[in-house]
Amino acid sequence: MEALLASIRITVATMAICVAGYATAVWAVGQAITPETAEGSLITAPDGTVVGSRQIAQAFTQPKYFWPRPSAVDYDAAGAGGSNKSPTSPDLTARAQEIIARYGATAENPLPPELATASGAGLDPHISEHAALYQTPRVAEARGLSQVQVETLIRDHAFASGGFLATSRMVNVLELNLALDRQGS
Amino acid sequence: MLQAITFIALVVGGTALISWPAGRYMAWAMDPGTSGRGNANAFTNLFQSIGGSITRASQDWKQYMISLLAFNVVMFVLCFAILALQQYLPLNPDGKEALEGSLIFNTTASFTTNTNLQHYSGEVSLSYLSQLAALMWLQFVSAATGIAALAALARGLAGRASGNFFVDVQRASFLVLLPIALIVASLLVIGGLPMTFNGAAVATTLEGVQQTIARGPVAAFVAIKQLGTNGGGFFGPNSTHPLENTGFWTNALEMFAIIIIPMACVWMFGRIVGRIRHATVVFGVMLALLLVKITGAGYFETAPTEAFAGLPIEQNVGNLEGKEMRFGATGGPLWSVLTTSTSNGSVGAMHDSLNPLTGLMPMIGMWLNATFGGVGVGMINMFLYMIVGVFIACMMIGRTPEYLGWRVEAREVKFAMLALLAHGFFILVGTAVFAATPWGQNTLNNIGPHGFSEMLYEFTSASANNGSGFEGLGDDTTPWNIATGLVMLLGRFIPIILPLAIVGSLSAKRRSAESSGTLSVEDGTFAGMLIATILVVGALTFFPAATLGPIAEHFIYMNG
Amino acid sequence: MSQSKTASIMDTRILIPAIGAAFKKLDPRSLAGNPVMFVVAVVSALTTVLFVKDLITGAADLGFSFQIILWLWFTVLFANFAEAVAEGRGKAQADSLRRSRSATQAKLLSGDDRSEYRLVPGTSLKVGDVVLVEAGDIIPSDGEIIEGVASVNEAAITGESAPVIRESGGDRSAVTGGTQVLSDWIRVRITAAAGSTFLDRMISLVEGAERKKTPNEIALNILLAAMTLIFVMAVATIPSFAAYAGGAIPVIVLVALFVTLIPTTIGALLSAIGIAGMDRLVRFNVLAMSGRAVEAAGDVDTLLLDKTGTITLGNRQATEFRPVSGVSEQELADAAQLASLADETPEGRSIVVLAKEKYGIRGRDMASLHATFVPFTAQSRMSGVDFDGSSIRKGAVDAVLRYIDRAAPKTGNARARNGTAREIQSIADDIAKAGGTPLAVVRDDRLLGVIHLKDIVKGGIRERFAELRRMGIRTVMITGDNPMTAAAIAAEAGVDDFLAQATPEDKLRLIRDEQARGKLVAMCGDGTNDAPALAQSDVGVAMNTGTVAAREAGNMIDLDSDPTKLIEIVEIGKQLLMTRGSLTTFSIANDVAKYFAIIPAMFVTLYPPLSALNIMGLSTPQSAILSAIIFNALIIIFLIPLALKGVAYRPIGAGPLLRRNLLIYGLGGLIVPFAGIKIIDMIVTALHLA
Repeated sequence: MEALLASIRITVATMAICVAGYATAVWAVGQAITPETAEGSLITAPDGTVVGSRQIAQAFTQPKYFWPRPSAVDYDAAGAGGSNKSPTSPDLTARAQEIIARYGATAENPLPPELATASGAGLDPHISEHAALYQTPRVAEARGLSQVQVETLIRDHAFASGGFLATSRMVNVLELNLALDRQGS
Repeated sequence: MLQAITFIALVVGGTALISWPAGRYMAWAMDPGTSGRGNANAFTNLFQSIGGSITRASQDWKQYMISLLAFNVVMFVLCFAILALQQYLPLNPDGKEALEGSLIFNTTASFTTNTNLQHYSGEVSLSYLSQLAALMWLQFVSAATGIAALAALARGLAGRASGNFFVDVQRASFLVLLPIALIVASLLVIGGLPMTFNGAAVATTLEGVQQTIARGPVAAFVAIKQLGTNGGGFFGPNSTHPLENTGFWTNALEMFAIIIIPMACVWMFGRIVGRIRHATVVFGVMLALLLVKITGAGYFETAPTEAFAGLPIEQNVGNLEGKEMRFGATGGPLWSVLTTSTSNGSVGAMHDSLNPLTGLMPMIGMWLNATFGGVGVGMINMFLYMIVGVFIACMMIGRTPEYLGWRVEAREVKFAMLALLAHGFFILVGTAVFAATPWGQNTLNNIGPHGFSEMLYEFTSASANNGSGFEGLGDDTTPWNIATGLVMLLGRFIPIILPLAIVGSLSAKRRSAESSGTLSVEDGTFAGMLIATILVVGALTFFPAATLGPIAEHFIYMNG
Repeated sequence: MSQSKTASIMDTRILIPAIGAAFKKLDPRSLAGNPVMFVVAVVSALTTVLFVKDLITGAADLGFSFQIILWLWFTVLFANFAEAVAEGRGKAQADSLRRSRSATQAKLLSGDDRSEYRLVPGTSLKVGDVVLVEAGDIIPSDGEIIEGVASVNEAAITGESAPVIRESGGDRSAVTGGTQVLSDWIRVRITAAAGSTFLDRMISLVEGAERKKTPNEIALNILLAAMTLIFVMAVATIPSFAAYAGGAIPVIVLVALFVTLIPTTIGALLSAIGIAGMDRLVRFNVLAMSGRAVEAAGDVDTLLLDKTGTITLGNRQATEFRPVSGVSEQELADAAQLASLADETPEGRSIVVLAKEKYGIRGRDMASLHATFVPFTAQSRMSGVDFDGSSIRKGAVDAVLRYIDRAAPKTGNARARNGTAREIQSIADDIAKAGGTPLAVVRDDRLLGVIHLKDIVKGGIRERFAELRRMGIRTVMITGDNPMTAAAIAAEAGVDDFLAQATPEDKLRLIRDEQARGKLVAMCGDGTNDAPALAQSDVGVAMNTGTVAAREAGNMIDLDSDPTKLIEIVEIGKQLLMTRGSLTTFSIANDVAKYFAIIPAMFVTLYPPLSALNIMGLSTPQSAILSAIIFNALIIIFLIPLALKGVAYRPIGAGPLLRRNLLIYGLGGLIVPFAGIKIIDMIVTALHLA
């Protein structure tokens, strides 16, 4: 009985310090140093509407946009998830075939693999620079831009995730598309 | 290749280096008497006044155990109550609804036992109050329970009294977990993780579609989930979610947070027992096994997604299904091994979508459950292996078995084997029951051997108190919730109670002196013996099951 | 120890009855003590029943099933056989002991003065009775001599035919029932009732009838039972897994996998190892009162050894004559020889020998010299001769000096004598410091010099102690000598420490101190005053020649009364545990190969690509399973000699020893079955058995 009493007293103490105190302290750090990302890295249009989060992939299906990686949850940022299919699964083969058709990939011009694989949360905002370049002809054509213009834009937005430890450069699809929109056409 | 090795060396080696001072700090915090540097008497007095009169007495192992269980009962009841009543409670900006009963039981068992197996999806089902006051609270105190148990075990082996659980659990919460969590959480916030009490944001995408973006007090939650080897994500897909793990460097920081305390626990054990050289050997054994699994996972994951064979898709990159671009090629497999070696269970890539033999590595990690293992309990599991290893090794040098001078006899062997046996029992029998019935068969996301692996993994994860999953499994069903809930509870408390009972029985004996004729627990030979024991006792049991799961899948599909 | 008694393992007199015994031991009651083999017997019986059912209903693959079942039973029988062979060796010895226990008649003394006796059967004697035993009589039961002295033939228990002297009082007063008085007579107070005599205990010990499992054996049994349970789980869940995969595994295959995985090798040999360990001690003429004592012997940290008889030869020898100034060595040697001519003690004889060898002084006849011998007495502490009015004495330095002071205070020059006395004293100190015993020689009132009597350290003992040190055992020499002498001998013999001028209380205190520091202490002793120390020590070896009290206090009795045997006893204790540990390791390591033999064979019907796991290239699934089970049974037979002989013990430190045994039995256990199963598979295939 005494043990239960002590347990309850310690429960109160840990709730106060490790939950309320701790969460408030971390919240305060966020508000003080990085208020923008602490609220979810939201991107607002000039008119004040939220167009998305820099960290979260959103669906792009129109040819004039770069397309992100496929999502097993259809880019549902309130219910994220992966395909959880085995890499040996025939379901993945079927899905890949649809995607190949959409991109028009051929043996001579094979698809970069991330464009055929869903990410863990289905919200991966990045693709590799290589996969963006792969989409250049379609985007350039849809927008009536030259391929060089689009490629320059890609290279401007590409960064090495992990600095010296990165093996390839990547781009944020939403930011790239926003830049495209800003460029017009 | 070079980047991969550098990255692994940085994460594992760097954390190993930092674990040394961290272990020193933990020894000071948990056991002020053993460290020469200052003392924590002021804290001890404070904790005694918080806990009340019972916390002033020294406890024997039974009293310690009863106190531990009493506190865990309170943890269970309170968490259950908050989850069950969340729809009536505040801090629910998105108006989350009531949860189903068996899911509440499973979730409560899961977080009480430091497992964090999640049959729910956080952003879908839980209010911020549930996330913080029920789950995050348990992420602190369940981890503290494990650290306290290890401190008591180490004190017993040093020939001293167990201590007082109520003081220990506060030391672990306030002096160990809280400061480190504050640092890591702050770094994560700075690294771009959200920390807000505002509800979900609604965006209108460039193509004009509405997208609801769940967010919340993520950074605080993620820091303690990693540090306490809890692993339960704020969001369903855990640390693959871009808002739980925004980039390459947060990923590295989270991996550091996963293994730092389990590593430091070994040094803490060594310091309290007063045997740093012994701790070094144990650390070396754990590290060696960890590196073998990392190498295996890294190697097997370089094979491209097998389902794409023959399709016009580039085959020069490894398997990317279920992985995030921002973590780089090594991030996924490395994380999968770290999180399962340490009983953490957060995921940085979808384990269900790992290549077959890569997926075996996390399972091996959980079968052994002692290659650093959960905070506190990993070292306790290693203690069980050491009892068995020492028993056989001592006989081989012609001595009646003893560990650190304590004579190991029938009672100790019985308890150690019982604890190790229980782990195998839960996993194999659980899998057997579900594999043979619709309970399991109707919940699979994959066919053939991989579907079998999903069930095997689920019970493995529950029994090892890990919490990761082959998440394709449709596990939010009443049979899964109840079965894994029970397995988690038994898999948590049996391997805490029995080792403490062993130490209680050992320390009641006359301690014998060590000499050049006694077994050294401080050299390479002992390390080899320990590795052999861990592999034979820990892994051999699962060979038939592994053969019908990942190994069969590999040979059937991956021969091309 | 007599090696000749070591019966060959392949002695047909033991092997043939053991075959019969192997079948008798199928009795479930006898199997129940061994959890692993009990489980094997149970599954063998179950599969036999299933087989009979299949035979009636007619099922496929009966030949294969039949062979598996046959080998399952062989596994059980081989285990029983191993135990029977181990017991058989003891039984042969027990039979010969039993013959000497043949019914005896005792001469029971009665009456107040115990002058009358009547003949009663030996078995009717009670503790406290007093019997008369005369030349030619068999001593009816264990007892203590209260009067008389006799020579006794103890060959019945020690195997040593030379008679020994037993007498009342002192440390040689115990007699053992079944031994025979050769000359004279003794009165013996009976100390053991019929059925609990030394001989009875010895018979039951060597037969293994009273063998209780030692704590370590119980713990190991638990470990093995737990391993068995683990594999029950591993195998019992397979049908469900296989059903998921859309197939079924025949029961006989599951049974084969199960039996090969559980630690049958060590399970089968465990009791044989224990019996053989005790048997090794018995062969060594040491009786352990419990198996626990034998195991404890392997753990000994500190060995207390009496100096005399253990570290040094029982007798000191003269090595040097050191005259005082003004006296020649020749003159001193001459006097010393004269003084020792009639001295029959070993020391005295060694003086005569030294005088002859080094100074060419031949033996002289006492009678022709008209010399009279003055024997040593506890009062004078000197001996010598008187002849032609002259007297020569030799003895302890202080005794001799006192003798001179008393004999010649009135004569001569006191100051000169004082100078000589100082010189004698300094020579004596030198000798004592070197570990020797000084013996002063005086002729009339003239001090001549000192004889250096030296303790002779036994040959090879230094190396033995070095070995012990490598084993991590500390040796402590116990002696009544003064610290200076003790230190010198200790250094020469290479012991780690010594206890000088030791009283029984000192000894007891030393043991308690060591134990308080967590050390296990072994010692041997024979006297009644050793009894408390023997009882306190963890391993106390009582000499068979010792008193009843000492024999009761020890937990081992050395029939040869050879204190150096402590060292071998330690080794036997270690060897027993090592054999157990090594075979356990071997047994468990075997599982890896067995998995690789059976698992692919078992699952290849479910998933054919799993044949990739058949790394041994076994010809068919059936031959693979059959080969594994045959290997599993045969390895028991192959390891019986090792189990009985024990694994080789090397006196090296724990680290190298563990490395060595891990390499041989761990790595060996990993590799051997791969080779063994492959070879058996080739034979099985060649014979078309599967």
